[in-house]
Amino acid sequence: MAAKEKSELNGVLGWVDERFPLLETWKAHMSEYYAPKNFNVWYYFGVLAMVILVIQLVSGIFLTMHYKPDVELAFASVEYIMRDVPGGWFIRYMHATGASAFFIVIYFHMFRGVMYGSYKGKRELIWLVGMVIYLALMAEAFMGYLLPWGQMSFWGAQVIINLFQTIPFVGDGLSLFIRGDFVIGDATLNRLFAFHVAAVPLILVGLVFVHIVALHTVGSNNPDGVEIKKHKDEKGIPLDGIPFHPYYTVHDIPAIAVFLMLFFSVLFFVPEMGGYFLEFANFEPANPLKTPEHIAPVWYFTPFYTVLRAVTLSPFMGTLAMFGAIACLFALPFLDKNPIKSWRYRTTAHMLNLAIFAAVFIILGYLGVKSVSPEYKEMGVRMTEIYFMFFAVIAIHSKTNAGRYLAGFIVLAVAILLIDVIRYNGEDPITAAQIKWQWVWPIGYLALTLLVPYFVKSWNTEGTVPERVTS
Amino acid sequence: MYGSDSNTDSKTPDLKRRRMLVNATAGVGVIGAAAFAAPLLASWMPSARAKAAGAPVEVNISKIEPGQLVRVIWRGKPVWMIKRSAATLADMASNVTLLADPESSVGSQQPTYAQNESRSRKPEMMIAIGICTHLGCSPTYVPEIGDASMGAAWKGGFFCPCHGSSFDMAGRVFKNVPAPTNLVVPPHFYKSDDIVLIGEDGGAA
Repeated sequence: MAAKEKSELNGVLGWVDERFPLLETWKAHMSEYYAPKNFNVWYYFGVLAMVILVIQLVSGIFLTMHYKPDVELAFASVEYIMRDVPGGWFIRYMHATGASAFFIVIYFHMFRGVMYGSYKGKRELIWLVGMVIYLALMAEAFMGYLLPWGQMSFWGAQVIINLFQTIPFVGDGLSLFIRGDFVIGDATLNRLFAFHVAAVPLILVGLVFVHIVALHTVGSNNPDGVEIKKHKDEKGIPLDGIPFHPYYTVHDIPAIAVFLMLFFSVLFFVPEMGGYFLEFANFEPANPLKTPEHIAPVWYFTPFYTVLRAVTLSPFMGTLAMFGAIACLFALPFLDKNPIKSWRYRTTAHMLNLAIFAAVFIILGYLGVKSVSPEYKEMGVRMTEIYFMFFAVIAIHSKTNAGRYLAGFIVLAVAILLIDVIRYNGEDPITAAQIKWQWVWPIGYLALTLLVPYFVKSWNTEGTVPERVTS
Repeated sequence: MYGSDSNTDSKTPDLKRRRMLVNATAGVGVIGAAAFAAPLLASWMPSARAKAAGAPVEVNISKIEPGQLVRVIWRGKPVWMIKRSAATLADMASNVTLLADPESSVGSQQPTYAQNESRSRKPEMMIAIGICTHLGCSPTYVPEIGDASMGAAWKGGFFCPCHGSSFDMAGRVFKNVPAPTNLVVPPHFYKSDDIVLIGEDGGAA
């Protein structure tokens, strides 16, 4: 970023450019940042996440102007925003819909990364920073949900903060430290408000900056998983690359338009989304004496919530499993060591593994909004087993050596059966009956991803990665 | 001066000394950062006002009907008071094989005077903190045996809607649920037959 004696730009921009790396930054990240030309629809979600971040920051700032972080006033101040502040309902619904939209877009964005192996080829750090962003986003969403001080706000926070209480030895002190009182109260609300409106947004914006700088240093992956920097013309420009601006900036605008159409359709017509975006119990002020009949977190947390409910060994083990489910995602770049990036050229077994993982994540999410019945409870356990085995199976799939598959199948299947033997209790016939048939889920998963590919060669054959992108 | 050829000492930096200085500076910096962080983090602990709000609560139990649940707040938590009928007390005895800790052997969950089968000072009065020992929800009171919403096997007691834990009519936790221990019985004593004070043992621990 050496200072220039004379800028290529004229006028005010030229004056600035001689004192600030204006043109250099513009070129590095926009007009001369070469992105692969074969991006498909999955590549819109990154830019959509940025759009939502801006929506959340702006709507959030305006909500802060009317909201009161005080247990006596909070609930009423939200109702005041909804009824009395001109256009207040619009700003508030924008913020609430934005929260759910953020997670929808981020989940697609993450799955895109898994499908096309976007965490490979010096892109591990991009994935890790992205995961920290995801964590910060979950913290932000959780703290924001407390602010309206409704029944769900209160009891949701009660459960989440008590997760820390389950930690041996330090748990009691830690949860007291987080709450700032012996029960969730004014101190808790006030500090989570501070985090929600100042600390975490600052961290989020900083992390997004790092995420993009890291991406632009290594270069974007693409649906073929081809490194476009391998083939350059005489000027050093990747043959399969096109400048981000104007090509992708213009290309992204229609996608943003479509997204905004969907976003505002939800905002204007179904802002509560049938109780999934804004839960009905939250329209009742917090009551520390009474837990609502049926409580579930907002939909984007429910997969992890099911994991928490599934592990009944001890509350701490449940907490560990829940945080472990998130922690495993961090490790993906170091588990999936197969050199082929895109699932297009990986084995059928790998494609199935990813597809089943996505399905299991959705089923876990579904179970998390349902109340506990013996059937659902056992299914939650089984889906949790598959969720965790996915990480072992993706590591096994790093090499297509069939012996690994068989060994992996035996080890994992024995582990599942061992857990069943420990869990089985003849005195509890209802649970026992469920254990006796629902073992088919994890064992079936292992059979599809490991055992069948061991016998059927076509399920365990990798394609050839093309030299150049295919479209 | 670095320009002078004869003076080799000033040309080659004393790396050892430099490293020591860098480490010492960094060390002082860390101490400074910790000193800065300490009061900020300390400000998170409960304030003097929060600590002061923990006085005992006096309740008159004479008007409670058999089977009725009365909630009072003690230290911001719901305390349940239920008058159990003789039939309920008899049914409770049949739960023993289904319970995780029928003998109330986990000492932290009740004062020693409540470490008995009914987990109470007076068998007919159940007094417990209505907070699930799993993650702190307040369970729902479902006293009917075989209640339609709970299924025929339901033994009567409390069901936590958050994570499906269940407790019997003495607040004892059933097996195979997320909650690890029985509900907490708060310290309490009977000032007279009708008046109970929650939050104090009355000296007879």
